[in-house]
Amino acid sequence: MSAAVETRDTMGALAAAKYKYGFTTEIAMEAFPKGLNEEIVRLISSKKDEPEWLLAWRLKAFAQWQKMAEPQWARVQHPPIDYDNLYYYAAPSGPAPKSLDEVDPSLLEMYEKLGIPLNERAALAGVESPTVAVDAVFDSVSVATTFRETLAKSGVIFCPISEAVRTHPELVREYLGSVVPAGDNFFAALNSAVFSDGSFVFIPRGVRCPMELSTYFRINARNTGQFERTLIVAEAGASVSYLEGCTAPMRDENQLHAAVVELVALDDAKIKYSTVQNWYPGDADGKGGIYNFVTKRGACRGRNSKISWTQVETGSAITWKYPSCILQGDGSVGEFYSVALTHHHQQADTGTKMIHIGKNTTSTIISKGISAGQSNNTYRGLVKIMPGASGARNFTQCDSLLIGDECGAHTVPYIESRNASAKVEHEATTSKIAEDQLFYCRARGLSEEDAVGLIVNGFCKDVLKELPMEFAVEAQKLLSVSLEGSVG
Amino acid sequence: MLEIKNLSARIGDKEILRGVDLLVPDGEIHAVMGPNGAGKSTLSYVLAGRDGYEVTGGGAIYNGHDLLAMPPEARAAAGVFLAFQYPVELPGVGNANFIRTALNAVRRARAEPELDAVAFLKLARAALKSLSMQDDMLKRNVNVGFSGGEKKRNEVLQMALLQPGLAILDETDSGLDIDALKIVADGVNAQRGLKFSALVITHYQRLLDYIVPDAVHVLAEGRIVKSGGPELALALEAHGYAGLAA
Repeated sequence: MSAAVETRDTMGALAAAKYKYGFTTEIAMEAFPKGLNEEIVRLISSKKDEPEWLLAWRLKAFAQWQKMAEPQWARVQHPPIDYDNLYYYAAPSGPAPKSLDEVDPSLLEMYEKLGIPLNERAALAGVESPTVAVDAVFDSVSVATTFRETLAKSGVIFCPISEAVRTHPELVREYLGSVVPAGDNFFAALNSAVFSDGSFVFIPRGVRCPMELSTYFRINARNTGQFERTLIVAEAGASVSYLEGCTAPMRDENQLHAAVVELVALDDAKIKYSTVQNWYPGDADGKGGIYNFVTKRGACRGRNSKISWTQVETGSAITWKYPSCILQGDGSVGEFYSVALTHHHQQADTGTKMIHIGKNTTSTIISKGISAGQSNNTYRGLVKIMPGASGARNFTQCDSLLIGDECGAHTVPYIESRNASAKVEHEATTSKIAEDQLFYCRARGLSEEDAVGLIVNGFCKDVLKELPMEFAVEAQKLLSVSLEGSVG
Repeated sequence: MLEIKNLSARIGDKEILRGVDLLVPDGEIHAVMGPNGAGKSTLSYVLAGRDGYEVTGGGAIYNGHDLLAMPPEARAAAGVFLAFQYPVELPGVGNANFIRTALNAVRRARAEPELDAVAFLKLARAALKSLSMQDDMLKRNVNVGFSGGEKKRNEVLQMALLQPGLAILDETDSGLDIDALKIVADGVNAQRGLKFSALVITHYQRLLDYIVPDAVHVLAEGRIVKSGGPELALALEAHGYAGLAA
């Protein structure tokens, strides 16, 4: 019918215009020369006024990296990355702002446009109670961190990691690289050598962080890699909920994002880490987009500690990321809730590793993969039960949803159990959005796109409900927007 | 008024409808009966706009809308509602959210203001009460784990809330016990009014004891072969479809 053809055409037009964070911000920048060598590593370190031990750590990582090769085992394909044709440091020029008042207004405006207000006015005026403190990382530097004083009253440290290196060197030195060693893998080694900024969070013993913490990552500069490093430490009995969001301009060339996130939870501590990743995914033909090669790992060092990862991955041309938990403390708990959505020519290879070391450790993995267009979406996971992990339990559920018949969903679960008392369960399903589901919704008045959005959100519900409330709403919208043009 | 003229349709190479003529004036309820394979479900799907059916001739106009030229959602906005013979499950999608999304989509298309969650819930609770249904119907996921009877009742609940001008009930009575049948019939009867019409597609006369039609049509081999009043349904019950199709 002609009406159906018309609907398809309209949706095609929508798809081209859907990435609303794709604008660039004009601001005076300074950058180090292109390319990667020992000199650049030294420059980054001296720019940040780092102590000698950290420079030595970077240089060691760089030496390791030079001997390593990119991992080849993931189900992703891309042309070779020319690491000498990238900028490793780019930042707004001039001295670093000391407070919000000194931040360049065009940057504040950009964050407003992204929906990330970097001011505390409303809260200070008592209009609404503050719920989220934000650290805003723009290319290679943190440009602002809000609510630091309010947090400090509870003893919580929330600041750029480059600052923590100077103000709390003993903490950074104790924990940096303790979960993800500098030479852990190719991209972690690269990050360790050239990381420029990121967030540092420290929740002291017994403190429940009084508000949500979040870091907003923005890549703006052309040909620039972003290599941020996040370190979160929760002492005994402490708890924190942390969220990160990511966007980047639309550009025809691919850009590299190689981050490292380390979490440490001591006795009875709880860390909830949520990600809404919406890097520019490239256009409908697969041109441009971010290469998101990220190492995230949490160590449940203490008894009954808990680390929970929740991720909604809709952006990036390629996602390579496995937020993992090392369940060392007896009775510790690891969780991984993931929605990965790929469309057009996007590729995602994502999952988790749950390493059970302590007794009676438990882990839960819920992964929802949605593939549309010509994309490929892979769940890759490892559940490893060490000999001492008596009574360990794991439950894994991997569901894949296919939209259209040109995309792929792949599930690669590894289970290694070396303790006979452990219980490991794995469930997996693959389904397509059924024609009758779409018709049922449309016969009730929903457009085809709204119907797909509703069905996909239903499919992801078990994961979305793990997100903090206000972000769950955002994530739902994001899923629908990311699927525009996927049917018809 | 629904005006179906010489409507022909096929699935693949198979001719199913071979020139259906039917008039359903506003305010009337018409029953379409017929043996298996007569084209009853095809007629309802073609009117609602399901993919996979090729219309080879004729047309269907509802209150000035050329239904066959419209996507399914536009037909819904124009007031057409199909109560499914096999309602579809939507895992993870809450029933209240689903119906509210549908209602607001229809209201948007009609340039009416959307309902917020509170206003909708008030409306939905009232509808549940009048249909003697439980509140948990709204909290559960759309049709997931519903019994056959619950699924049909959920269709009637949706109809009550969407307030269509033309309801097409595709064998809504199949698989229902007598109590559920009464609830469904009450739901349809409650909609009766000058601006409501319905096409009740059924295999058995039983439903028509509770929804008394203004006219009964017999569909056989893709055409309406006989039309009459409610007494026609009783005659069919007594003598069967044999002899009518010729």
